[in-house]
Amino acid sequence: MTETYAPRDWSSQPPYLHPDYKSTVLRAPTKPLIPIRQSLSEITGPVYGHESLGNLDADLTRNAIKGGEPIGERIVVTGRVLDENGRPQPNMLIEIWQANAAGRYVHVVDQHPAPLDPNFLGGGRCVTDSEGRYKFTTIKPGAYPWGNHDNAWRPAHIHFSLFGPSLSTRLVTQMYFPGDPLLAFDPIYMGTPADCRELLISRFMLEHTQPSFALGYEFDFVLRGRRQTPVE
Amino acid sequence: MSKLRQTPSQTVGPFFAYALTPEQYGYDFTSIAGGSLIEGDVPGQRIRIEGRVLDGKGEVVPDAMIEIWQADGEGRYAHSADPRGSNIGFRGFGRMGTGTDPQSRFIFDTIKPGSVDGAQAPHINVVVFMRGLLLHAFTRIYFSDEAAANARDPVLASVPAERRNTLIAVRDEKSAGAVYRLDIHMQGPNETVFFDV
Repeated sequence: MTETYAPRDWSSQPPYLHPDYKSTVLRAPTKPLIPIRQSLSEITGPVYGHESLGNLDADLTRNAIKGGEPIGERIVVTGRVLDENGRPQPNMLIEIWQANAAGRYVHVVDQHPAPLDPNFLGGGRCVTDSEGRYKFTTIKPGAYPWGNHDNAWRPAHIHFSLFGPSLSTRLVTQMYFPGDPLLAFDPIYMGTPADCRELLISRFMLEHTQPSFALGYEFDFVLRGRRQTPVE
Repeated sequence: MSKLRQTPSQTVGPFFAYALTPEQYGYDFTSIAGGSLIEGDVPGQRIRIEGRVLDGKGEVVPDAMIEIWQADGEGRYAHSADPRGSNIGFRGFGRMGTGTDPQSRFIFDTIKPGSVDGAQAPHINVVVFMRGLLLHAFTRIYFSDEAAANARDPVLASVPAERRNTLIAVRDEKSAGAVYRLDIHMQGPNETVFFDV
């Protein structure tokens, strides 16, 4: 027996072509994906552990300060990385990026006329512990306008990138905040199947809130799980 | 036991560079990986892979991110699921955005992978991310000078014959080093084959 990974659950994933999100129209593959029989190429994947982290990588309120503190509402974002069988995924790299409190990205292509924060980069990374837990300290990102349609605004979100244990478990997604009125108008969020959209929304958690310091939000990730298959 | 629902994918968006490829783009943050996979004196044949990403109008995409994952020169992956162990010093992962090269190319300096399991031809696994892709796309890069191995490869065999050339990087015979080129076409008559991995 060898371990492979259960198929992607297409019923939980957005389609490639979602015309309300205009950038998909010329970039979505149009031909059906060709199924691949998982081999070593798919059940292996990049391995990055604690050795790939800097001391402040998981604290975005401190990892880019230039003599002051970043502006905005401090938050803690924490949760677990699990597979679909509920198994915790320890020692997994998580990378994040986000806009600052004013809704501005450091990226040079972002021309939104909101202020940059000299003490905030908006990039971070951490590695899950033995129970699959991760924790970031950051600033709550702002909403920002974009050019998809008239008066289009992205809801506040944090981008997440996870490898998981193999190439086939690769996941890039976005985490949103509860109660955001912009969600219903956002074609990227709404491109997700209706019964899975809530999986992208974090939960406010008083138990993760640090008194007199930062509000706590919880967000779990579920990756494809292992399965046993006979060797050919 | 009921399974948990898999977390939905969302697009990488246009602003990934300062966190995922910061050194390439000149941001003050370390990169975990870049366009060069060569570390130290890792054994194997040095090669370069170059290409562009093109949209449905044939226009170059300058805000894509390409990741590659490959075996070492002996066909071994640096991962615990590969029982043979890997060459020391070859991690096998590269990541590059298309936003810094004047021609919007991705460029990887690496070593040519060996055959992974005897059955598969030498290949590099590729993951494509960009604004407008709500879910990343998997493809592969094979090599034009491995015609005999390619002819026996089970994955290539599963691809319609007229589309196989979208997966085969062409060696530049005029170049002094070993340079292979392959463009990734998201749409159009030469749409790249993408896999359900």
